[in-house]
Amino acid sequence: MTRARIHQGGDIGARFPKVDGAGKADGSGVYADDIAFPRMLHAKILRSPHAHARILAIDVSAAERYPGVVATLVGAEMPAKYGVIPWTHDEQALATDHVRFVGDEVACVAALDERTAEEALRLIRVEYQPLPALLSAEEALAHPEIKVNEKAKVGNITKQVKLEFGPVDEAIASAAGMAREKYSYAGSTHAPIEPHCAVARVDGDGNLTVWSSTQIPHYVHRELSRVLGLLPAKVRVIQPLLGGAFGGKSDPFSLEFCVAKLALKTGRPVKILFTREEVFYAHRGRHPMEMDLTVALDAKGRISAVDNRILIDGGAYASFGMITAYYAGQLLTGPYRFGTYRFDSKRMYTNKPPCGPKRGHGSVQPRFAFEVALDEAAEKLGLDPIEVRRRNFIGEDVQTVNGQRITSNGFLKCLDLVEQASGWKDRHGKLGPGRGLGVAGSMYISGTAYPVYPNEMPQSGVVVKLDRSGRVAVFSGASDIGQGVNTLLCQIACEELGCDPREVTVVAADTDLTPVDMGAYSSRVTFMNGLAAREACEKLAQKLKAAASTKVGDDVELELGTVRGPRGSISFTEACQLAEAVEGAPLVATGGYRTQKLGGDYRGGTIGASPAYSFTAHVAEVEVDEETGIWKVTRIWAAHDCGKALNPTLVEGQIEGSVYMGAAEAQMEEMVYGPQGLLFGPSLLDYRIPTSLDTPMIDALIVESHDPNGPYGAKEAGEGPLHPAIPAIANAIYDACGIRIRELPFYPQRVLRLLKERAQRGERRTA
Amino acid sequence: MTLPAVQVHRPDSVRDALALLASKPNARVLAGGTDIVPNLKYGMYQTEHLVALRGLSKELRYVRKDGAELRLGALCTIDQLSKDDSTIENLPALADACAQIAGPQLRRMGTLGGNLCLDTRCVYINQSHFWRSALGFCLKKDGTACHVVAQGKRCVAAASNDTAPVLLALGASVRIVGPRGERVVPLADFYLHDGVHNTVLEPDELLVEAIVPAPAVRMKQAFFKLRTRAAIDFPALNLAVALSVEADLVTAVRLCVSAIAARPALISRLDDLIGKPADVRLAEELGRRAQKQCKPLTNIGVDPSYRREILPVLVRRTVLRALGA
Repeated sequence: MTRARIHQGGDIGARFPKVDGAGKADGSGVYADDIAFPRMLHAKILRSPHAHARILAIDVSAAERYPGVVATLVGAEMPAKYGVIPWTHDEQALATDHVRFVGDEVACVAALDERTAEEALRLIRVEYQPLPALLSAEEALAHPEIKVNEKAKVGNITKQVKLEFGPVDEAIASAAGMAREKYSYAGSTHAPIEPHCAVARVDGDGNLTVWSSTQIPHYVHRELSRVLGLLPAKVRVIQPLLGGAFGGKSDPFSLEFCVAKLALKTGRPVKILFTREEVFYAHRGRHPMEMDLTVALDAKGRISAVDNRILIDGGAYASFGMITAYYAGQLLTGPYRFGTYRFDSKRMYTNKPPCGPKRGHGSVQPRFAFEVALDEAAEKLGLDPIEVRRRNFIGEDVQTVNGQRITSNGFLKCLDLVEQASGWKDRHGKLGPGRGLGVAGSMYISGTAYPVYPNEMPQSGVVVKLDRSGRVAVFSGASDIGQGVNTLLCQIACEELGCDPREVTVVAADTDLTPVDMGAYSSRVTFMNGLAAREACEKLAQKLKAAASTKVGDDVELELGTVRGPRGSISFTEACQLAEAVEGAPLVATGGYRTQKLGGDYRGGTIGASPAYSFTAHVAEVEVDEETGIWKVTRIWAAHDCGKALNPTLVEGQIEGSVYMGAAEAQMEEMVYGPQGLLFGPSLLDYRIPTSLDTPMIDALIVESHDPNGPYGAKEAGEGPLHPAIPAIANAIYDACGIRIRELPFYPQRVLRLLKERAQRGERRTA
Repeated sequence: MTLPAVQVHRPDSVRDALALLASKPNARVLAGGTDIVPNLKYGMYQTEHLVALRGLSKELRYVRKDGAELRLGALCTIDQLSKDDSTIENLPALADACAQIAGPQLRRMGTLGGNLCLDTRCVYINQSHFWRSALGFCLKKDGTACHVVAQGKRCVAAASNDTAPVLLALGASVRIVGPRGERVVPLADFYLHDGVHNTVLEPDELLVEAIVPAPAVRMKQAFFKLRTRAAIDFPALNLAVALSVEADLVTAVRLCVSAIAARPALISRLDDLIGKPADVRLAEELGRRAQKQCKPLTNIGVDPSYRREILPVLVRRTVLRALGA
């Protein structure tokens, strides 16, 4: 790939290095676990060894007497239920009477050091009455009489969504080519390298501060206040530097409530750092899904019907599950035009760690099934996989079958790029036995139009302050979780104000100091926070220009620390001083992202409605060893339409990270449970994520469609590029050896079984 | 996760190390620490004393040609053996096996002696105390039931060391010192069918050296490790083969298959293959015999029936690679 050219300035489109990159590389960056205070206690959480049980009694007295223990905590001390979605508050920080998975939190001990707390946990006596455990979505459906979570109104269903757009059955009946198959997607987890960590401290006035490795300080703030019964004004949440999140830090977690409550109880600072095993129990990863999918094409190869029945294994709590049930259907309706569409998705409660949003929330699984089925159906009509995708392109400025508004759309350009780069025309179907190419496309949201809890306030806010020193301070509620929003804020300030990027301070994700932002999820941050920042900076730029024009004349330009006009130039600092004098008050401006009315006019029509959609196409190349089923993805060409690359280096990083994560799920990642509901190997040794040696060569190709609504034309880049990796690999495996793999991960034993079945049928590879 | 409270002793000679082991009951040996440290965190051992061997490096870190034999000190690091010129030249399969252990950082810490004495592994034992308590423990530690073999009375945790199958195939021995003196044990007799403790090494003894006999150096040899990912992974299957060939006929052959049960298994009853042509038919025959004698279990998190299914293919390829075919 092209080497990053480090731009002198930090303006939009520059390959500007991350503002927090050096600190992450040299160790000076401060993560939650780097925060320590005098007299700080370390706490540990006792977890349920049962997949499903009633709690009859909890006795912490022996733990309390253990030397070095300062306090204990049980659920009855903060029993209020919480959750990210206001309609599904179904979690307790510590269970009061019912545990729902192995690893569910039951009690907590704060001690002088971590080991003492760990030892004291073993002294807590919990009397359980085990209950039958439901370990799959099918079991949960079959046994409505066993209630995993009381929040379910019917049986164990968290949420069911049934939507139909047009006469699906008619279109299926008249199909010219069709695929109707079952697809199975295994659950996986995020595996951020930094485990969850939280530190709490209470000051003399009873103000609580919690530092947490969260990607949603605002929801942590709301839920801490609610569960602990504190006024929101008494609670401050700060997100330090984050070592990866990927959706896995989007919920409020038990540790945040526990450190806060223990700090209130003891008057001492308290820290909890999850072990790697606890990170696996906190989970909120990719939902396992079983999909019965039909894709029908008419005689011209146009998608006439898509029908999907989706059974979703949600785990013990709802998390974002209500949205998951919608996203599984609502986000499939591009980049292709669907003639008709129907989906019926059910998210079930089961006795396993709760699933939630993992990069590409809810839509990665159906996308896999659909893109494989599309190839299967197209083959029946003798259509090339890229050709069928071109033929069904939905276009720009159109509405999807389910009423989503698509603005810019660079999907065709993405297809062109990966077709050329991979040498598709000369190589697809022609690489010889055991080698193949596969293609897939996808669409994703740039934030959701509506906030998670209904309100009329802005979804994202930015305050920018200038003063006579020439320093620019950007106060932003948004969470930098590695995607680089703090860097983009710096670039937006440079673009608008013409300041030097090294003279910008970004103060972010501190609920006392920064405006509210809804959090880093749904690929909303650059889009919404970026627009807010641009608005604030534009206002200040006007003031600077007006003030500077008295010196340098009208028609002022702001550029990299210099303010130029027809009558000469002054420094940026001097311009700030002139403007501050004119203002007679500090130079401050604000910007906000306001909710737009979007989406279909039906119940649920707003879910999945986004102000802009990104598009992606991948071609994957694989090698399959037909004697052992062992396969390798050697290269992935990934073209992504991000609207406008505000920082191409960061966009390429997001594409590469996404491709890696998608390929990982295709190769080896799976949350495997034993019969008792025990998660096998909750460690990075047994839950394998690919190493660099397992990672294909990745060609990250940027397509810019210049969206009319995004900041400078930008759309998302953090999640969309993951989706096609998995079906592109599946389709490449078909090209290599003529088997359709419909179950993730594509373990060698599954590939080998399919190869043997193919051999038994006497089929030979075509081409 | 924290380490239990342990006292670390740092002797600087083999003699002092043996004295410490003799005086501290339940003491355990710490060489590179790459196996014992996580196992201690998991609460797998009851011990208050660790005898750290770094100070013995002067005595035990060497690759020496002694007459026709090759002697490898127990404190050679895995990284060193993967790159050592004499190992690569004389024992290419061993260098290959070492290069596939864990990742670069762990190879620089881990030692040959540590790898040969690596504790057996099982999906039901290499877990936290909490996890094992939720399981109800197992017969390797704290429990009575085996979760791999129903009603099993003997632990079947798997030998997972990558150096052992190669050295077994090469007919190597190990030198052991202890308070009762010194003994040289052929590796074939060193490992036992017991996952709780799968070697004849006594708690007060030290494995100080591996000795590879002269003929091994001239043997055609190859190693293969089946694993899910290309680094930082224990084996799902380990194969090592060593053959002597004269005038295209086999004069000696040893095949070891490991990561099956507690003892790395030398495939037995291969005598009738002596004198046969060293060709693809021999490779296939070795594959059939290995499959017959090896019964992979659920002790490793990779489908046992799949491992058994592809074993003949892997053996055939490994043998052909050794033969240079």
